[in-house]
Amino acid sequence: MEKQWRSIEEYKYGRNREEERGTEALHKNALLDVLDSKVVDASGSRRDFLKLFGFSVASAAVVSSCEKPVQKAIPYLIKPEEIIPGKANYYASTFFDGTEYCSVLVKVRDGRPIKIEGNHQSPVSRGGTSARVQASVLNLYDDARLKEPVLSGNVISWEDVDRWVINKLGEGGHTVLVTPTNISPSTSEVLRNFIQVYPNTQWIQYDEVSASGIRDAHFDLFGAGVIPGFHFDRAEYILSFDADFLGTWIAPVEFARDYASTREVTTAHPHMSKHIQVESALSMTGSNADERIPVTPQESALILGYIYNAVAAASGFPFISVPPSVISADRFVTDLLENREKSLVVSGSNDPEIQKLVAGINYMLGNYNTTLDLKKTIQLKRGSDQEFQEFIVSLEQGEVDNLILANVNPVYSLGGFEAMKKAGFTAYIGSAQNETSQACQLICPDHHFLEAWGDAEPVRGSYSLQQPCIHPLFNSRAFQDSLLKGAKKERTYDELIRFWWENVIAPREAESNENWWERTLQAGFFNSGQEPMAASESYSAPEVVLNPVESDLVLTLYTSVGLNDGRYANNPWLQELPDPVSKVCWDNYLSVSLADADKLGLEDEGVVSMDGIEVPVLIQPGQAKGTVSLALGYGRTKAGKVGDKLGVNAFRWVIGMDGYRAYTNDRIKMEVTGKTYPLARTQTHHTMEGRPIVRETTLEEFREDPSAGNEFHLETEAHHQTLYPEAKFDGYHWGMVVDQNKCTGCNNCVVSCIAENNIAVVGKEEVKKRRIMHWMRIDRYFSDHPDNPKVFHQPLMCQHCDNAPCENVCPVSATMHSNEGLNQVAYVRCIGTKYCINNCPYRVRRFNWYKYIKNDKFDFNQNSDLSRLVLNPDVTVRERGVVEKCTLCVQRIQEKKLEAKLEGRVLKDGEIQPACVQSCPSGALVFGNMNDPESKVSKLKMQERNYYLLEQLHTLPSVGYLTKVRNTEAEPGKSPDSRTAEPAGEEQHG
Amino acid sequence: MYNTEVRGPLILGNKSLSQITADITSPLYARPKFWWIVGMGISSIMMLLGFWAIYVTISQGIGTWGVNNTVGWGWAIINFVWWIGIGHAGTAFSIFLLILRQEWRSSINRAAEAMTVVAVGCAAIFPALHMGRIWDAFFILPYPNTRGPLWVNYNSPLFWDFIAISAYLLISASFWYLGMIPDFATIRDHAKSKIKKAAYGFFAMGWRGSVGEWKRYEGLSYILGGIAAVLVVSVHSIVSTDFAVSVEPGWHTTIFPPYFVVGAIFSGFAMVMTLMIILRKIYKFEEYVTNAHLDKVAKILMFVSLIMGTAYLTEIFTAWYSGNEYEIFTFFHNRITGEFTKQFWAMFIFNAIVPQLMWFKKIRSNLVIVFIISILINVGMWFERFNIVVTSLSKNYLPSAWATYTPTFVEIAMYIGTLGIFIFGVLLFFKYIPMIAISEVKAVNKHQVKK
Repeated sequence: MEKQWRSIEEYKYGRNREEERGTEALHKNALLDVLDSKVVDASGSRRDFLKLFGFSVASAAVVSSCEKPVQKAIPYLIKPEEIIPGKANYYASTFFDGTEYCSVLVKVRDGRPIKIEGNHQSPVSRGGTSARVQASVLNLYDDARLKEPVLSGNVISWEDVDRWVINKLGEGGHTVLVTPTNISPSTSEVLRNFIQVYPNTQWIQYDEVSASGIRDAHFDLFGAGVIPGFHFDRAEYILSFDADFLGTWIAPVEFARDYASTREVTTAHPHMSKHIQVESALSMTGSNADERIPVTPQESALILGYIYNAVAAASGFPFISVPPSVISADRFVTDLLENREKSLVVSGSNDPEIQKLVAGINYMLGNYNTTLDLKKTIQLKRGSDQEFQEFIVSLEQGEVDNLILANVNPVYSLGGFEAMKKAGFTAYIGSAQNETSQACQLICPDHHFLEAWGDAEPVRGSYSLQQPCIHPLFNSRAFQDSLLKGAKKERTYDELIRFWWENVIAPREAESNENWWERTLQAGFFNSGQEPMAASESYSAPEVVLNPVESDLVLTLYTSVGLNDGRYANNPWLQELPDPVSKVCWDNYLSVSLADADKLGLEDEGVVSMDGIEVPVLIQPGQAKGTVSLALGYGRTKAGKVGDKLGVNAFRWVIGMDGYRAYTNDRIKMEVTGKTYPLARTQTHHTMEGRPIVRETTLEEFREDPSAGNEFHLETEAHHQTLYPEAKFDGYHWGMVVDQNKCTGCNNCVVSCIAENNIAVVGKEEVKKRRIMHWMRIDRYFSDHPDNPKVFHQPLMCQHCDNAPCENVCPVSATMHSNEGLNQVAYVRCIGTKYCINNCPYRVRRFNWYKYIKNDKFDFNQNSDLSRLVLNPDVTVRERGVVEKCTLCVQRIQEKKLEAKLEGRVLKDGEIQPACVQSCPSGALVFGNMNDPESKVSKLKMQERNYYLLEQLHTLPSVGYLTKVRNTEAEPGKSPDSRTAEPAGEEQHG
Repeated sequence: MYNTEVRGPLILGNKSLSQITADITSPLYARPKFWWIVGMGISSIMMLLGFWAIYVTISQGIGTWGVNNTVGWGWAIINFVWWIGIGHAGTAFSIFLLILRQEWRSSINRAAEAMTVVAVGCAAIFPALHMGRIWDAFFILPYPNTRGPLWVNYNSPLFWDFIAISAYLLISASFWYLGMIPDFATIRDHAKSKIKKAAYGFFAMGWRGSVGEWKRYEGLSYILGGIAAVLVVSVHSIVSTDFAVSVEPGWHTTIFPPYFVVGAIFSGFAMVMTLMIILRKIYKFEEYVTNAHLDKVAKILMFVSLIMGTAYLTEIFTAWYSGNEYEIFTFFHNRITGEFTKQFWAMFIFNAIVPQLMWFKKIRSNLVIVFIISILINVGMWFERFNIVVTSLSKNYLPSAWATYTPTFVEIAMYIGTLGIFIFGVLLFFKYIPMIAISEVKAVNKHQVKK
């Protein structure tokens, strides 16, 4: 493995370490006896050794901290320069799992990566992450990881693997290599090397959830099969058709940042984008829309066709043939035409015909080069459905001799992959077990991304580097190294990647090349600075014929915010993550509209048999009539102990339409079974009961009166009085502001908080009992009519009240107020009367009902020695019987305060970032010192939009909320005060 | 003093003093009856079930209960308050009636006090076990320590509660024991078996019945009575502050202290009634615990029931009059109607309406009906506590956190266990302690003999 370095000195002088190696190896071998023997064999540098060493010490410390006996913790004899015990190191790296890209900082404590943070310098992801990125660190320590190379059930050595593979491939048969989308330039080079040696090799990129419709539509229209760059920040009018662009569609982290920037409303800048979502299932993106039109996918295509023709008429382009649509789309056309060059139409469909319409509309509106970009095109989702289809056909005909599957799971995502048996030799390369690995003859364990080198080009011209942050835990080998070995190359991948970057990607100017590699590695990304060439300049109008399709019931399949396409099924953090809209976890379910449920006689949490498969039903407000929806990613069978046998595999309903994978299916048969299946829900009441919880207004009203919708705040402020002296905080007074207009409900903060604060996973049964441990939750409310409700997302953490009701009722003073305004819990003092839980009007306190660590009844991450390595040593693992809650990441506050003190300076605003704030993709959360009138948090609290939750109780919370502003026309006769908003009729729990 | 023609004699049958002693102490010397052994057997099984529940709770955690992160308190606290309420009767009975010189109390107070001690003991089990870390329960004691020193939080009603209940248990037990000393001496003097002589002699503390001893005895009774009178009011007032000091809708109300005290007296008297009807029947004590006695208790129940009804209506009125949407929701949409409507109406009917039947003398004097009513009152009072604890917690301020609560078998088993302890304790009392205060009955009988 290539050495890691942090400073130039280390890099330079660390080179002549050959003579040091001898003595070091002695030390290393002696000490490594305590470690896994597999690890000893692996080659490594001094630094790797120290990492391992720290790793073992820390794991001993962490594991022992849960029980009283102290295990051996050996101090460093000679402390390495770059490791200060107890202090974290951060390494810039890249997250790319085949579908999603993020530039990240990896927090490494004593040799263990324990947390992933957003890289705020990255020009692409700009500091945001998604829930899946946050949770990916746990996959490093997954018990279901592949640990050894295995051939037909026997563990073999890597030498044997190489010998065997070279023999096999040397026979000259037709080899097919299937990988997910590859955005790594150096990996492409590796593949070129491989194909050079084995010219009979075909490389196929396969996306479980495909976007090849967009690429092919652009190929037809522009002559370039690209996904254009989307610039939601430049769009003033967003019209989205079934695209969950804030949740899972293509690059949600980037899009969320851009989108949120158009939702920032201040008195100085009273403008925001208008977002219309036309969709069938109520997606997270739809829940944020200013206006949402629930329609079937067929109807949505017709609306699109109508808009196309109307825009074509206004712009002088040829028409297409479209049957009439039921819903009038005239006002969308008017708005689009008014917003030429600053509008954006997107569609989540994989149908190239529909994507042609979308591209055509955008082109006619002049959106290419403004909100859409053919220069900085998105490099994700490169799989071609047609190519894959051809491959399947050839496989079935027995034309494929050797099949190498790398990090893809077609056995699961094709709903069965019998054709695979036709291949003479099958190999799987991947980091964790899955259905496909179990079906292959040869299994080659791949590194987890935190163990491996890599690079990425997520957007044309933007490069990103990935560096290993830990020595490989198991006897795994990088996918690229496996290919290089197979291609009989001497060069290792880490050498190749550096060569490639220094010679191909590095800028030509000589002066900037000094230490370029070091600087780039430290930053984690590189931008060439040159504007890439446009992928295409030409345009030819599409010829599309839309045919009316009649069907009673359409099934639409979507990727869930937690599990994506199922690759994270074995990650308990994501399994327990409630869906942003339905607030259900641990299962997928069939979302049915209220009207259809009445028509078909379905009950909430009843079970239907859909094509013979039993699926639980959830009556979902906002679901379009005539559609039902089911999440992909569940129903795994070989994912591991956590992910197996949860929900149903919805990939079986993905159908091929003209060679494209279609995620809608109108050929379903549904029968009511009369069974019931209770779902694990974290929220069972869905209306605000007319209470001023999430306060909202419209943009128009906001322009007239910035405190519109927030009258209750003024009223409460006027009543603010107390007989007691008010609490005073000298120095710091920590506080937070949540901009409800920017929050999309994406759940990133929830997982970030879990990872930072060692929050236990409790499992499906305990969630049903309403005992989820999440410190940070996102409340979701519906209002108006259940056919098309307004949706509200409200992130809720401990409010750190200055008049905290929880504090005065604790008989043993286990919870008390700090002199910086934090509400604290002393776990060792808590005797667990739960009085504070009862007296918290926000219900943010959590009780440890059981021992959640090392307990076979909770066989999740905390019951495995390996998975416990992810625990953050700065945060206590709570014992059974104590109450816990959000601390505003007090460990981070203390760390930064100490840093500032040692450096003899004042803390800068924004220097401290709690876990939820750090990686929020939309920047909805702001933390800071309320005593500093210049801090961002103080300024936000001065805004008219600011209010406090349940402020009438005079709890004086430290967390402020900014009113939600919707860019809709004010409804006549309706008071802006949300107290009078009518509760939705939908009620799923009394 | 009370032997007017209007009121009738307190003790019937024109008993001589020695007859009284013989009547009351006879169960002590007789061999245990079959029903008694069966009763002991059943209650022991119930207790075993309770101990199993306690074991499960301590070894696995509070997770074995049905409580959750929204409804943090459930059956444990309901049963705690319920038992404390029942435990109110004895002392209230003795003290208030002692202070008011209601001498008819003398036939009943012993049993009532015994009940108190056992019930408060049962009650104390719950708050201890509902702690997440019972092994650290001593943190609640304000003892000098090396942890800082770390002190308890005097602002917390739970701390007040702890102090109030321990004081109450101590005073009730002392008062009960003190009253028994002359009777223990009587048994010591009459008993034939040596073990009995020694045992009762030990507890009689060398009582000889001298004038000086009687004087001190009377004096101490009044002193303890005086202290206990305050505690009777304070203990349940303080239990009510567990709720009233919070911010929960339906809890945060100033009516709670008197409301709780009256409720406690109500349930306690109902339990006394239940117990006395059984006791006089099986031990044939009808001449000591006369119909007139029960009639008086019934009238008290009827009156207290009126207060309860008023309190319920006041609560509801206040919720409406406050205009506070959270209070209104709790009372009108989560109690009177809504998820917990059955429990609310069970409470209201059993406590405020059914006892009003006793306005009719016919009903009041029909002991079967009175017995049923007294049981219903205790059921109703249990539902009252359920209403208070669960309905307020389950749906408070933020609808996102609303949840419901159903008890698990462990919680039910623990409740059954305390019922077992109660029955077991009462049966022991039947067998080993004179059920009626011999000395006091003799004093009451004295007036009649004189006539």
